[in-house]
Amino acid sequence: MTDSGSQPGTSPAQTSKQEGPWAEAEGRLSRALRDLGQTSWLVTVLSVVVALVVGAVLILGANEQVQGSLSYFFAQPTDFLETSFQVLREAYSSLFRGAVFDWQASSVERAIRPLTETMVYSVPLILAGLGIAIGFRSGMLNIGGQGQIILGATSAGFLGYALSLPVGLHVLLALAGGIIGGAIWGGIAGVLKARTGANEVIVTIMLNNIAIYLLAWLLKQEWFKQTGSNQPLSSSVDDSAQLFSLLGPGFRLHAGFLIAILATVFVWWLLERSTIGFEFRAIGENPEAARTAGINVTKATALVLIVAGGLAGLGGAAHVLGTEYRIAGGIAGSLGFDAITVALLGRSKPLGTFLAGLLLGGLRAGGVLMQAQTGTPIDIVLVLQAVIVLMIAAPPLVRTIFFLPRADGRPRLRKNRRRAQAGGADESASRESTLATASSGSAPTTTQEADK
Amino acid sequence: MKLELRGVTKRFGSFTANDRISLTVEPGEIHALLGENGAGKSTLMNTIYGLYAPDEGEIRLDDEPVSFNGPGDAVAAGIGMVHQHFMLIPVFTVTESVALGYEPTRAAGIMDMKQAREKVLEISGRFGFDVDPDARIEDLPVGAQQRVEIIKALSRDAKVLILDEPTAVLTPQETDELITIMGQLRDSGTSIVFITHKLREVRAVADRITVIRRGAVVGETTPKSTETELAGLMVGREVNLTTAKEPAVPGDVSFSVQGLTVLSPMDKVVVDNVDLEVRRGEILVIAGVDGNGQSELAQAILGIREPVAGRILLDDQDLAPLSVKQRLAAGLGFVPEDRSTDGVIGAFTVTENYVLDMYDTAPYAGGPGNVALRLPVMRKAAQTQAERFDVRMGSVDAPISTLSGGNQQKVVLAREMSRDLRLFVASQPTRGLDVGSIEFVHRTVIEERDKGTPCVIVSTELDEALNLADRIAVMYRGRIVGIVPVTTSRDVLGLMMAGVPLEEAKQQAATHHTMLSEADEMAEAEENK
Repeated sequence: MTDSGSQPGTSPAQTSKQEGPWAEAEGRLSRALRDLGQTSWLVTVLSVVVALVVGAVLILGANEQVQGSLSYFFAQPTDFLETSFQVLREAYSSLFRGAVFDWQASSVERAIRPLTETMVYSVPLILAGLGIAIGFRSGMLNIGGQGQIILGATSAGFLGYALSLPVGLHVLLALAGGIIGGAIWGGIAGVLKARTGANEVIVTIMLNNIAIYLLAWLLKQEWFKQTGSNQPLSSSVDDSAQLFSLLGPGFRLHAGFLIAILATVFVWWLLERSTIGFEFRAIGENPEAARTAGINVTKATALVLIVAGGLAGLGGAAHVLGTEYRIAGGIAGSLGFDAITVALLGRSKPLGTFLAGLLLGGLRAGGVLMQAQTGTPIDIVLVLQAVIVLMIAAPPLVRTIFFLPRADGRPRLRKNRRRAQAGGADESASRESTLATASSGSAPTTTQEADK
Repeated sequence: MKLELRGVTKRFGSFTANDRISLTVEPGEIHALLGENGAGKSTLMNTIYGLYAPDEGEIRLDDEPVSFNGPGDAVAAGIGMVHQHFMLIPVFTVTESVALGYEPTRAAGIMDMKQAREKVLEISGRFGFDVDPDARIEDLPVGAQQRVEIIKALSRDAKVLILDEPTAVLTPQETDELITIMGQLRDSGTSIVFITHKLREVRAVADRITVIRRGAVVGETTPKSTETELAGLMVGREVNLTTAKEPAVPGDVSFSVQGLTVLSPMDKVVVDNVDLEVRRGEILVIAGVDGNGQSELAQAILGIREPVAGRILLDDQDLAPLSVKQRLAAGLGFVPEDRSTDGVIGAFTVTENYVLDMYDTAPYAGGPGNVALRLPVMRKAAQTQAERFDVRMGSVDAPISTLSGGNQQKVVLAREMSRDLRLFVASQPTRGLDVGSIEFVHRTVIEERDKGTPCVIVSTELDEALNLADRIAVMYRGRIVGIVPVTTSRDVLGLMMAGVPLEEAKQQAATHHTMLSEADEMAEAEENK
């Protein structure tokens, strides 16, 4: 009993789980991801409400009229309130008119154009967002949407102007090229994670940078941009490779939106109705159980990021072939990061992601009109996005703001604070005892609720 | 110190974990709290220890009502707790562990380790604990680690000591030592609350027994009650403590493990040159204290842990080149040790968990390359099997985490036994289950054996091993100490679980009985009268 070398016998239950701190951190990450994906609809909607309120405060703060009326607030408070109301109404109504329906427009065509613009903006967001959502559902935090979009856009665009092919075939080939480009970029992170355990967050962030500079380099190569000028801008995609317009020349809406719809249905089928998606979800929810059940976790992990990259690549391709036509250094804008917001807002569900993509596309489209008409900086839109993410990432915050009951169904009462204090004083004991109660099943309802 | 609970009620949402529990622990008394897993024992103790605040009722110490805001208050009031899983830091010495959190300091806040060390020596001397204050925790056997926890509680002047399932990790001989210690503590005036679901121990040590079921006290009794009476109280109906089974009709050896060696990720040998042979229609139980390589052995058989040496043969076929999926398809039924992490996916529905290792084979999948799930087929199969295995649930579309542990385990069993098995391996299949589910699991395993399947069951509970096995292999520190018939006495098995070879164990057991086996004999004698 003095042999210190061999663990068995001395530390029960430890031996089976000696995977080191990394595994633990990974476990925590995937648990956090799971929680993120499972916030309730209510929290999501309320997050948007909170964001609009915060946005309102900022709009008022940035408005000179409001500042002016504030200076004599105590003399005439109604003035301040009236001005504020006016400013907000104008800002948000122009946001709405820019995003959905412009009732002040001179023609029907102009009145519905905002909605089509929203759809145009939403195409790459939805496609890349679906890719991110698949990652979330599979327990992976894919930050590489940006790089994958760049690769997708670059490949699709290059095939679009470098080849001469018949209509139809050309656009299909270019789209396929976009998918493959994104899939390769996602696949690098996927294979590295599957084979070596490299953290996908770090790898995808690095790949984003590599993609940006790869594109910058390509745009200096004549064989790539084929323009003959010194501008870091590629030549324009051939007509045969462009996504056809859906509503005619007055609108920018293109077939990419149909692709986004199809992709949403496909991702739903993949996740909910296919064996591949079953594996994805299994490794996302509980990789240990998946491994025990014979699922090839290595293969599935790599495949998740390949599929995710492919979708983001398709988003980039649709962006170039339907909207931009030319490849520039900033082709992806902040699409890759907005896609993360989209997936979060959509609770990692295909339909949710689709709707969230439309919402963010609407904010983009409406922000332009809002800035033009009321002088409200378009950056407010970014703030709205950021607040939404913040709120979704911290559901307890939203619940506190709106006095909602806790997720586990327990009333928010003194006892919870007590337990929190107890946890602080004797954290390990408290945690262990919670575990003990959970495992012994003394409190089945609570543990179940929490599991949901 | 006298501890009194009056109508303590604790609810979680709509679930009442403790329902108006009243009990009194007199000074210098060992009070056993007996109940099944999930009866609410741990919740009650956590309430006493200040981790939960009771919704109703009060806790009294020496007739004074008290209320705790956390374990700190409870400790200050003289309540000590030894958790089932020890709260020790492996690299700390005994002295450091005992001092942790309440470090004695000299001027300028410098830790006074000398004082702490003396305290350890004083307490361990007082009770004859034989614990080296300078030993590192990780070097100590489990029994000694537990004593460190007890010293820790006593060093804070605990007058009421709560022991939460203290024998779960001990060999029978270590249990014996613990019982002696508990006796000494009682004689020195400490009140002890002893939480357990093991009937034999209760009868051997307790002065009084309170039985709780579904969160409520269902009876107070004395150790004079027979095991059957206690079990009846605990479960609420008559129970058969042993599962009836026909004697095994072993066939040929169809599964064997030869010279198997498995390393932990830290390159320590956790399974050490293990040889096993299992015949058709036979249950081989691998007994031993938790953490002696049994889990790793089972994992190696499944294929999620790669052995560094040795062979695993099923019907003369080497399993080494087969993936987990191929092994399962070849007829391996596997029930993993930790249901919640390895056996089921909590967020998945009952149906999805039911097909967890068959989802991509016909009839559950179809289409080109079996890529499409056939939901209706899956649901129907899950429904049928759930009825056959008597799974109590809302619907097959409910997440499995809404089911009780016993019902989750039934789903796992239903899944694994829905295939034609050539080998059945289960790692601690009844851990954390209630008596009813344990009976069910045992019967199911025996049925599988009677179909002619070789069965390997890893168990850390001696009762289960003796109940289920046709032969018992005892494992200690990765090695098989010996393979013995099921008629072997508990004392011998207990010594083997501590690494004593069979012959030596027989000799030692002949001269020295443990208190538990003596209590058993007395009980038997009484019942025979």
